[in-house]
Amino acid sequence: MDWMLLLEWVIKSFVLSLILLGGFAYLTWFERKVLARFQVRIGPNRAGPYALLQPIADAVKLIFKEEFTPARAEKILFFLAPIVTVVPALVVAAVVPWGPDIQIGSYTLRLYIADISVGVLYITAITSIAVYGITLAGWSSNNKYALMGGLRSSAQMVSYELALGFCFVIAILMSGSMRPIDIVDAQRNGWFFLIQPAGAFVFLIATLAEVNRAPFDMPEAEQELAAGFHSEYSGMKFALFFMAEYTKMITISSIAVTLFFGGYLGPFVDQLPFLGPIYMLAKIVALLFFMVWVRATLPRIRYDRLMAFGWKVLLPLTLALVLITAVGILLAQEVNPNLIWITPVISAFAGFFAIGLVDRSLRRKAYAAR
Amino acid sequence: MTMDLMGFILVALIAIATAIGMLYSRNAVYAALFLVLNFVSVAIFYLMLGAPFVALSQVTVYAGAIMVLFLFVIMLLGAEKLPPAEVLPWQRPLAFVLALLLFIEGIYWLSVKAGTTAQIASPDATIGTMDAVRSMSMMLFQEYLLPFEVTSILLLIAMIGAIVLTKRVDKKGGQA
Amino acid sequence: MLNPWMFVGLFLIVGLLIPVAAIVLSALLAPRKPNPIKLSTYECGMETVGDSWVQFKAQYYVFALVFLIFDVETVFLFPWALALNALPFFAVVEGIVFILILIAGLSFAWRKGMLEWV
Repeated sequence: MDWMLLLEWVIKSFVLSLILLGGFAYLTWFERKVLARFQVRIGPNRAGPYALLQPIADAVKLIFKEEFTPARAEKILFFLAPIVTVVPALVVAAVVPWGPDIQIGSYTLRLYIADISVGVLYITAITSIAVYGITLAGWSSNNKYALMGGLRSSAQMVSYELALGFCFVIAILMSGSMRPIDIVDAQRNGWFFLIQPAGAFVFLIATLAEVNRAPFDMPEAEQELAAGFHSEYSGMKFALFFMAEYTKMITISSIAVTLFFGGYLGPFVDQLPFLGPIYMLAKIVALLFFMVWVRATLPRIRYDRLMAFGWKVLLPLTLALVLITAVGILLAQEVNPNLIWITPVISAFAGFFAIGLVDRSLRRKAYAAR
Repeated sequence: MTMDLMGFILVALIAIATAIGMLYSRNAVYAALFLVLNFVSVAIFYLMLGAPFVALSQVTVYAGAIMVLFLFVIMLLGAEKLPPAEVLPWQRPLAFVLALLLFIEGIYWLSVKAGTTAQIASPDATIGTMDAVRSMSMMLFQEYLLPFEVTSILLLIAMIGAIVLTKRVDKKGGQA
Repeated sequence: MLNPWMFVGLFLIVGLLIPVAAIVLSALLAPRKPNPIKLSTYECGMETVGDSWVQFKAQYYVFALVFLIFDVETVFLFPWALALNALPFFAVVEGIVFILILIAGLSFAWRKGMLEWV
């Protein structure tokens, strides 16, 4: 019996990993198509209908590419760094519930890898480990651009991790649990996005920084740093960094959906549980579209401003949001349940206040005065 | 139980191996990475004892934050390649004596405690439930409220200390 | 012993297999013709001078230090947030005081110019 259970979970792990890999492959296709549309181009259109075979062609090409290790690199770490980058990106998905339990006869299919009581803390732990891959890639290349890129991206990741962490605190406050399944369940009466819109928005911004996406893709700023931490990587090892970035986009979107956008919940999901994964997927695609949209719209932020934004805007803002949420919940609990709606109003106000401050600091006069 | 024991021995061996690896790496970056592995294996010990919160805090804070700080220091100072160690004359004997003391102490406590604390409840029953974490936080905020508050002051002092120290370096070294 | 953490461990192993398999596959299939020029460090065409492991700005260190302090705070706030509706009023206020003390620390760091990327 135990061995059957074990086998079931091995299969599940493989299926989830393969889904994430397939998601990565088609996310590159999605991004290229959408970006092309934004830039009034057609985008890839050669390999198969709608270029649907393009990711496969890319994969085959990358497998057959020659790959070399720079003579002056630290060989062991140079080899390990891409692996250390990919693994956390995959493993963080273990606690995300992809749907409600599905009954097939007497067998219950559970759509998660692990039901962990401290799931949210697990996510923070894994994201904090994820910093190493990039730092080590930069360091082991023995290339000044790569080292700069690696240091920059790790400093950026730790800075935005704080905002991310406090957004987790907000989600825990609202649900009273650290289990992702409980957090999803607590959103039956309204997504946390509605109660804490500013928190959800900050989470999305911090997410972009965490996966080194535009406009926070400073570590890869090609004008100043060549390709940043992966300047020296080629062939499959380069592909692994690429894979880590896109898998991370998917997993972190799924976490955002779980924490703030109702997870797998949607109309009729209780009657027809298989709708759960479909809703989940739809929401994830929506968030991914948002990420691509941001990339198409915003120019890259200068590094000092990037750090200033993380530390002077997002961090105080999320701290304030934690306080606002806590007070709102206490008021709702002690005085009147409807008072919970004070939270979105005040936090939206706080968010706009922060936007106003950023806007003012960017005015030309403020700049001249400095 | 044997399964637990095997797991424990495996992780213990990893912990010892990484600790030795850390001591013997000539390259400071490798030493730091061995230390990260060591922290992670300690976190697995906490997990086995049924304390997932402590385990993951260990990973988040030690492996995720403190070691990043260490790595930054190593990389920023360009201190990767250590020169051959200069051994102070009294260092080895002292280390030997201290290690011996620690060993004796360990043996002593083991022999004293072995009989009394054999009854540790299996963590499996509570490990997956939210109640364990919740009761831990209730305890933290009721019985240990004062230490908790002292911690916040301690963190504040640490921050001020860091600021003051790095400021002084700035003045001496000019542009940092 | 079959608790959720074992499944995480399994998933970790599967997650490790995938990148390793990818690297092994390409090592078997990809051509391999190294030469000294190919293996030289790429720094945009300039001859590389020395190791890149030189001294960098101390600013990274300062940020990592402040990060560490706030990271510890986040971990402490998790249990507080978790038990908010079960805690006595006094403990809730203590949590808020905890946040305020660290906001004070942050504003001190800000005033002293530690958050400036020079």
